[in-house]
Amino acid sequence: MSDVTTEEHAGQPGGTEPLPLASFDDPHLQPLARHPKRAEAVTGIFLLIGLLGFAAYGATYWVGGQPQVEGIALGVGLFAFGFGLSAWGKYLLPQGPFVEKRHALRSTDGERAAMAAAVVERGGMVVKRRSFLGGVLGLGGAVMGVVLAFPLLRSLGPVPAKTFEVTNWKKGSRLVDNLGRPVHAADLEVGGALTVFPEGYTSEQDMAVDQTILIRVAGPDTNVVTEASRATWGPDGYLAFSKVCTHAGCPVGLYQHQTQQLLCPCHQSLFDVGQGRPATNVFGPAPRPLPQLPLYVDEEGYLRSQAGYDQPIGPGFWERTTT
Amino acid sequence: MSTTGHTTADRPSGRRPSAVDAGLNWLDDRLGVAKGGRVFMDKIFPDHWSFLLGEIALYSFVVLLATGVFLTLYFVPSTAQTVYHGVYKPLDGVKMSEAYASTVNISFAVRSGLVIRQMHHWAADVFIGSIAVHMCRIFFTGAFRKPRELNWIVGVSLLFLAIVNGFLGYSLPDDLISGTGIRIAYSILLSIPLVGSYLATFVFGGVFPGNGVIIPRFFILHVLVLPAIIAGLIGAHLFMLVRQKHTQFPGHGRTEDNVVGSPMFPTFMAKTTGFLFMVAGVLWALGGLAQINPIWQFGPYVPYKISYAVQPDWYMGWLDGALRIMPSWEFAGFGHTIPFEVFLPGVLFPGLTSILFIFWPFLEQKLTGDRAEHNLLDRPRDRPRRTAVGAAFLAFYFMLFCASSTDVLANFFQVSLNVVLWTFRFVVIVVPIIVGLFTYRICLDMTGAPRVGKRKRAVLIVRSATGEYTTVEAAPRPGDGHQELEPAPVPGFIQGPEDGEEREPGVRRVARRT
Ligand code: HEM
Ligand code: FES
Repeated sequence: MSDVTTEEHAGQPGGTEPLPLASFDDPHLQPLARHPKRAEAVTGIFLLIGLLGFAAYGATYWVGGQPQVEGIALGVGLFAFGFGLSAWGKYLLPQGPFVEKRHALRSTDGERAAMAAAVVERGGMVVKRRSFLGGVLGLGGAVMGVVLAFPLLRSLGPVPAKTFEVTNWKKGSRLVDNLGRPVHAADLEVGGALTVFPEGYTSEQDMAVDQTILIRVAGPDTNVVTEASRATWGPDGYLAFSKVCTHAGCPVGLYQHQTQQLLCPCHQSLFDVGQGRPATNVFGPAPRPLPQLPLYVDEEGYLRSQAGYDQPIGPGFWERTTT
Repeated sequence: MSTTGHTTADRPSGRRPSAVDAGLNWLDDRLGVAKGGRVFMDKIFPDHWSFLLGEIALYSFVVLLATGVFLTLYFVPSTAQTVYHGVYKPLDGVKMSEAYASTVNISFAVRSGLVIRQMHHWAADVFIGSIAVHMCRIFFTGAFRKPRELNWIVGVSLLFLAIVNGFLGYSLPDDLISGTGIRIAYSILLSIPLVGSYLATFVFGGVFPGNGVIIPRFFILHVLVLPAIIAGLIGAHLFMLVRQKHTQFPGHGRTEDNVVGSPMFPTFMAKTTGFLFMVAGVLWALGGLAQINPIWQFGPYVPYKISYAVQPDWYMGWLDGALRIMPSWEFAGFGHTIPFEVFLPGVLFPGLTSILFIFWPFLEQKLTGDRAEHNLLDRPRDRPRRTAVGAAFLAFYFMLFCASSTDVLANFFQVSLNVVLWTFRFVVIVVPIIVGLFTYRICLDMTGAPRVGKRKRAVLIVRSATGEYTTVEAAPRPGDGHQELEPAPVPGFIQGPEDGEEREPGVRRVARRT
């Protein structure tokens, strides 16, 4: 029988006399399919529900719209409409099982040989006889590839140079909050935290790099020493650390005063801060302590930085030298 | 061969030519559509519920295209700052980017905008989810074996491109959560040895957050470049499917060299078009009823702000989990730094994952030595080793996914983060091994047992006149018999039952003429 199919596929119209009736078992025949009248009714009902859903959506839209009602109306409408159509296909149209023959994917040996010969011989002719031209063609292609990479890649942005090593913090930068107000030594309670920036740098670009978390871990007459070499960095109970997490660069947003820890909410890195605790990474994937900003209090009582950061802030990268 | 000269008598089934004939003939004179067209209409689709998974993916993509085009009409891909004075009062007077403002506008000021925006987001989640489940079905039934390795590779590429496009998409609104995601993506680029800092500054147009170029760049990738590639690959996927024909489960007269099922036109067409509407209906209802990504609650992105309990969309979870549980193994020395704690989970791990997925068919051929062509599907239990490996991998990625909510779990169970973290480092390795061994065992047991997977027959307990009880197995249900299927080619003309006539169960008659 499959031969007949094949012939038909080849586009040969056969004779006009009817073929014998074919009958076969359909183990997957749906019970409903044996009652076409009922199947028709079910299909019709669902298509009608679909129609009503569409109309309900149109009406909702017309009177001003409301997300939930729109959702139900068109959602139910589309679903019922689709269900009706599927039911039509499943119960009222020939299910089979019909059988189709698979044809081998591979070509005959002759066809394969002919194709290979064409590729190898014609291709070989190009290369063999014209090796000079071939060389120029290859070289041209390679050079074209390289030059085209300029606009595709190089135009996209500047080369990094030393941009990763620098922030806008300098000797004497006054600490200001996100609205540009200078921070006075009396501003924070013990246990308080504030995000600060160097005065004069307010663009989003600058704030992303310069963001520093200022915390007050002790009262006015305590000089907080996180590390022996940083004896003067924490005047009046204040400490300042880069807010850019050394893991993947999220802002280290949370200061917990009871435990004296900074927490990065992205992947839960914890940094110990306070007396003898130089933002050591004690938990989570962060590989390094947060760089510390050396502070001093000027004559008017405002907080300033003694210098910029002594190392690149934020996540690691290839050019970062070991410290 | 032209058919224009045919008389009524020449026509199949003796029809009179109609306007449709005229139209088709017009086309056929110019393009020769009749030959291939008829073959295409007769294409046989085997039926199995698991074959719907790929269709869900396809139709979610259709929905993504349609809703995405709608969104582009209102979305402004710019990080230029504005002050919001729109209909959503809680954000009145807040400084934000135009991208964020326009997304808030789509949600509140464009009629049906919120539904369509949420539908787009739901469709993305369903799209990637159905691709993943579809891939599992291909894997566990061995449908990737020769001759279908190329299509498996196209499928794997689609999965990864869809994930990337999903990430680009949810980065667009420039809210606090997505901005944090972009920040992490930047650090991942930066972590690549040798070229990382160049790559990161090129892509972002400078040091993070760049000069406001990232949203426009993501936008054009998200709405044009990647969708075009994805659409092209879907085309290739379906082309290969038609060329190689469907696989099918064994049974009922199905062999390696036939396909048994229902024909493309009209049966499959009707069913699948209906299914398109059903998928669209579910997604639309989700869009209207189930809130997703309420960016107006997160606030606009500000580089020094962060929100808590940040979870990315589900399909990024495995990467986020890997980032979280990775120990802090930064390498520093020789004047250079390699941040393995980011590079390994963020670059190497997904890279290796995709390579492993792509080469799996060839790896399996190597391991089993089976290089034969396969058109009949495996029952997973009959291939215990493959099934065990697959289950172990699923467990592995699922554990990583769970690890992306370490903070939530710690809060919920009131244990320290430390405990949760170490539990996950342990569990990620141990659970897959256990799952693999367990699956292997179950598969073996199932292959051994007769009649697994078949419907149980009723057992009747019969009491004889003398009071003796015996058990008798009931007759098999009509569908359960294993009678050989009599092959039937797709008929030219199918005759339905006459009006009012009811057929005997299980038998349908087909009149076939040429
Ligand atoms: C591969 C398929 C796609 C995926 C997985 C995908 C995913 C997403 C996701 C998750 C979002 C975030 C939505 C939100 O705000 O919650 C989004 C936004 C967006 N998508 Fe797509 N999308 C796809 C294709 C497209 C296409 C083809 C277009 C346009 C032709 C498009 C246009 C947009 C636009 C304009 C937005 C921003 C508006 C907004 O966020 O509300 N998307 N996409
Ligand atoms: S970015 Fe801070 S822990 Fe990952």
